[in-house]
Amino acid sequence: MVDEPRIGVYVCHCGRNIAGVVNVAEVAEYASKLPGVVVARDYMFMCSQGGQQLIQDDIRKYRLNRIVVASCSPNLHEKTFRRAAKGAGLNPYNVHMANIREQVAWVTEDPEEATEKAKALVRGAVERVKHHEPLEEKKVPVKDKVLIVGAGIAGISAALVCANAGKTVYLVEKEPSIGGMMARFDKTFPTLDCASCILTPKMNEVASHPNIKLLTYSEVVDVEGYVGNFKVKIRKKPRYIKEDLCIGCGDCVEACVFKNPRFYPKPDEWSLGLKRRKPIYIPFPQAVPRVAVIDPEACVYLKYGKCAQTCVKACSRNAIDFTQKEEIIDVEVGAIILATGYKTLDLRKLPQYGYGKYPNVYSAPEVEVLLNASGPTGGEVVLRDGRKPESIAIIHCVGSRDEKYKKYCSRICCMAALKLAHLLHERTGAEIYEFYIDMRAFGKGYEEFYRRVAGEGVHLIRGKVSEITDAALTPEEEGKLIVRVEDTLAGAIRRIPVDMVVLMPALEPAVGSRELAKLFGVSVDENSWFMERHPKLAPVASLTDGVFLAGCAQGPKDIPDSVMQAEGAAGQALALIDKGYVELEPNIAYVDEEKCSGCRICVGLCPFGAIEFDEERGKARIVEALCKGCGTCAASCPSAAIQQNLFKDQQVMAEIKGVLAAMRGG
Amino acid sequence: MSEGKPKIALYWCASCGGCEEAVVDLAEDLLKIAEKVDIVFWPVAIDAKKEDLEKLRDGEILVSFINGAIRLSEHEEMVKLLRRKSKLIVAYGSCSYMGGILSLANLYPREEILRYVAMEAPTVENPGETMFKEKTMINGVELELPRFLEKARPLDEIVEVDYYIPGCPPTPQVTLKAIETLLSGNLPPRGSVIGASDKSLCNECPLNSTKPEKLLVKKYKRLTHAEIDPEKCLLAQGIPCLGPVTRGGCNALCIKAGMPCTGCFGPLDGVVDYGGKAVSYLASILDVPPEKDAVLKALEGLPDPVGYLYKYSLAKSLLFRKRAER
Repeated sequence: MVDEPRIGVYVCHCGRNIAGVVNVAEVAEYASKLPGVVVARDYMFMCSQGGQQLIQDDIRKYRLNRIVVASCSPNLHEKTFRRAAKGAGLNPYNVHMANIREQVAWVTEDPEEATEKAKALVRGAVERVKHHEPLEEKKVPVKDKVLIVGAGIAGISAALVCANAGKTVYLVEKEPSIGGMMARFDKTFPTLDCASCILTPKMNEVASHPNIKLLTYSEVVDVEGYVGNFKVKIRKKPRYIKEDLCIGCGDCVEACVFKNPRFYPKPDEWSLGLKRRKPIYIPFPQAVPRVAVIDPEACVYLKYGKCAQTCVKACSRNAIDFTQKEEIIDVEVGAIILATGYKTLDLRKLPQYGYGKYPNVYSAPEVEVLLNASGPTGGEVVLRDGRKPESIAIIHCVGSRDEKYKKYCSRICCMAALKLAHLLHERTGAEIYEFYIDMRAFGKGYEEFYRRVAGEGVHLIRGKVSEITDAALTPEEEGKLIVRVEDTLAGAIRRIPVDMVVLMPALEPAVGSRELAKLFGVSVDENSWFMERHPKLAPVASLTDGVFLAGCAQGPKDIPDSVMQAEGAAGQALALIDKGYVELEPNIAYVDEEKCSGCRICVGLCPFGAIEFDEERGKARIVEALCKGCGTCAASCPSAAIQQNLFKDQQVMAEIKGVLAAMRGG
Repeated sequence: MSEGKPKIALYWCASCGGCEEAVVDLAEDLLKIAEKVDIVFWPVAIDAKKEDLEKLRDGEILVSFINGAIRLSEHEEMVKLLRRKSKLIVAYGSCSYMGGILSLANLYPREEILRYVAMEAPTVENPGETMFKEKTMINGVELELPRFLEKARPLDEIVEVDYYIPGCPPTPQVTLKAIETLLSGNLPPRGSVIGASDKSLCNECPLNSTKPEKLLVKKYKRLTHAEIDPEKCLLAQGIPCLGPVTRGGCNALCIKAGMPCTGCFGPLDGVVDYGGKAVSYLASILDVPPEKDAVLKALEGLPDPVGYLYKYSLAKSLLFRKRAER
C-alpha cells in the first residue's frame, strides 16, 4: 500500500439489469462499512454522465484515492471509469471494477444469493484496489502501413480503401491469383450482375495501384510485435517465372510438353477439379497478376531434372527461371486485416446425398464454375456424362442448421440457390426443384429476388431431403437421381427423379484458420470463425489490438456484407495508424532482478518474444514495448520474480482473500 | 556455564533425527559455537529436563532452534514453553518450516493412520486389535501418552516464529551462516528465511548454463526410467527437477550427485504455494498439443504430483484447508 487508502465504492443498477436481481442498496450499505471505504453509493446508470460526475465530485469532496465501480464487465466500461477518474485528477489505474452484471445478475437467479455474491466481489475489489499504484501509459509511434491477408473481395475492398487513403498496403494472397471465391461466380444475387464485370476492374486496380504491394502465392509465416508495430514475415513461394518479365501471353502454357488434356497431371484448382491443368498454367483468364506459374510437383523438369523445356523456348521474354527459390519478405505494419474467407463443407461427410458417388451430384461452387464463361465448358451446363440436364434439384442447408454438422445458418445459400435456379433454368430450360427448410431473404432486394425467381416457375418444395439415390422404383426413375423428401407443405413423402443435383454446402472457415488465428493471436469462436470483439458494437475488431477482421473469415457473409465489413475494417485500420501513436496499457510484466535466478523458464514461453536473456548477468529481461500483459511469464516464474502491473500477486491474493472473507460472512 | 554467554536451546518435535545429525555434522565448528554460547537444553545431547527449562526466566534464552513438525500434544506444549523462554524462535529444517515429509500423512485422516499403524501394517500382528490409548491404568497408576493430533503442522501455526532455516536437513554451511547471522546482532526482518539464498537453485546450479535457449519439455520422465546425461540440465532432459522453484543455498548438492532437486529448501519469498508454483512452471514449459490425452501421456512420468511437488510442504500448502462455514 502506497498511501492510506480512501476508497469510493459505486454500485450500478444498470437499469433493471443488475438491480432486478441484486439488492444494490444493500451492497452499497455493506461496502460503506468495509475498512478503507470512505463513501459508497448506488446509482441508476454509473456509466452515464451523471454517474461519472458523481465519481468526480466525490473524488474532490472526499479526497478519494481509490475507486471501485461494481457494474458490468470491464470490457465495456473500464475505459469510461478510468477516464472519469483521470478527469478528477486521480490516476486512472487506481480504479477497479467488480463485475456484478455478467458474473452475478445475469447468471445467479436467487436474489439473496446474488446479493451475497455481489458483496463478495465488491469486498474483493476493495481489498485489491488498496494495493493499486499509479501507472503511466506509454505512447508508442505506429507504422503507417497495413497488412491485409487474403485477397478475395473482402481483402481487395479493404486494400483499395487503405491505399486510396495514401497508405502502403501489403496484400498477401496464398493462391497465384487474387479474386478469391467471387472470381468463380458468373452472376451475383440479387441483381444478377456479372461477377467478373464488377470484380475484374477492382482486381486490376489492385494490381496497378502505386500504394499496394501485391504478394500473391505467398503466406504469412510469422508475426511479432503489437498494435501499431507488427513485424511480419511473409514466405513467397517460387513461381519459377520472373513476374516482372511475364506478360501473361500464355505461349509457354501452349508449348508445354503435355498435350492431351486427359493426361494433364493435376486437377485445376480454380475450376475445382472440373478439368485438369498443365504443370505451367495461368489460373484463369482474368487472373491478377496475369503471370504464369509452374507447379513443381507436376513439372517434369523440376521433378526429374529432364525435359525438352518447350516452355522456355516458347517464351519470347525469357521469363522462365527454374532456379527461383522461395523468398522471405519482412514487412513492418501498424495494422492488420484478416480476410481469409471460407471454404465449403466437405460434402463426402453427408453420404446420404451421394456426392462423390453419383457423378451428377454437384456442389454449388462447382456449378458456379460450370456456369462461368471462363469455366471448363465455357458456361454451357453439361453433365459429367455429357448430357444436358432436363431436370435439376437444388438442395438448401446441406450441413447448415444441422445438429450433426454446423448448427449455424450459412446465410448465403438461400439467395445463391435462387440465383443458381434462375441461371440453370435460363441456360438449360430444365425443370428446377428447390428443397428448402426456410427461405431466408433478409437483405436489400432479396425478398424481391425470391419472388422473381419463384415467379419463373421454379418448384419450391419445403422439406429436408432425406436421401439422393439411383435405386429406381418405377420406369420413369430409371437412369435418374431420385430425391426423397417429405414435402411438409403438402404433407406427403415424395420421390422426385432428376438428372442433376446441386448441393448448397455449409460454409466453414478457410483451411488453416486455426493456425492463422494462433499466428496473429486472435480468438476463434466455437466454429473456428475469427471472433469479433463485440457482436454488435465492435464487429470488425478482433480481440487483439490492431488486428481487424473482414469478410467470411469472421462468419458467413454475402458479397455486400463482406465488402461492408472490409471497408469498415479499413476505416478502423486507418483511424489507428492515422493517429500516429498508440497508448499501451501499462499492465506489463517486469523482472525483479534481485530475485531472478536465471532459470529461463519464462524465456521460451512469451508469445510475443518480449523476454530476452542476458547471458552475461544471468537474468531475464522483458522488453517493455513488446510485452502485451498476457501474464504467461508472471504465472510461470517459479521465483515470483516476474510481476505484472495490475495483476501483482499481492493484488490478486488480496482480492481472493477479500472475496473469501465476505463468504465467511465477514 | 558462564553467565555472560548467550543461551541457546535445541528441540525436536516430529522429526526423523536428521536435523540433529545435521547439527552434529557441524563437527569442529560445533565446538567453536559451543565456546560462544551456552546450550541450556538439547534433549538429544545434554541431560536437561523440562523442569530445568521451566526454571529459566521468560526470554532468558536468546534463541531456540526447533526442528520437526507438530504432531503430538507434547510438541505443542514444549514449543509454547520454549516460545515463552526464548527471545527468538528459529524453525530449523523443512518439517518445522513447512511440515516436511511427514506432513504427507495429512493426506489421510488421523484415525486411518492410527488404525494402519496399530493393526494393518504388514509388519504388525495384532489379533486382539489393541488400539493406542492416551490413558492407561497400570498397577493403580494412570499413565498418559501425548495425543496424536489431527494433522501435522508447521511450527509457525502453533507459536510465532522469528526465522526459518530451510533444508532436509539444513546443510552445515547453511546452519553456520544462519547462526552467524543470528549472533551478529544485525538481524534481518522478522519472518525471513536465513542461512540460504534469496534466489532459486538454478542461480547456483552448475548445469544452468547448459539450458537450451527455449526450455521446453515434451514429456516428463522418472529418474528410474530415463537415461540422463549428468552434465546437462536435468529439467531440459525431462526430469522434473524442482530447482527453479526452490530456494538455493545448498550448493546444488543433489544435482552434483546426479539427482534432481526435490525442493527441500522450499519456496522463494513471495510464493504463496510451493506446489502450485511448481505446477505452474512445469505445465508452462510442457510442449504438447492442448489435448487431454496428449497432456496425460506427457505427465506419465509424474505419477504422484502431490507427493512429488509437496514433498516437504504439504502442511504449509493451500491444499486441504477447510472451507470456512458461513
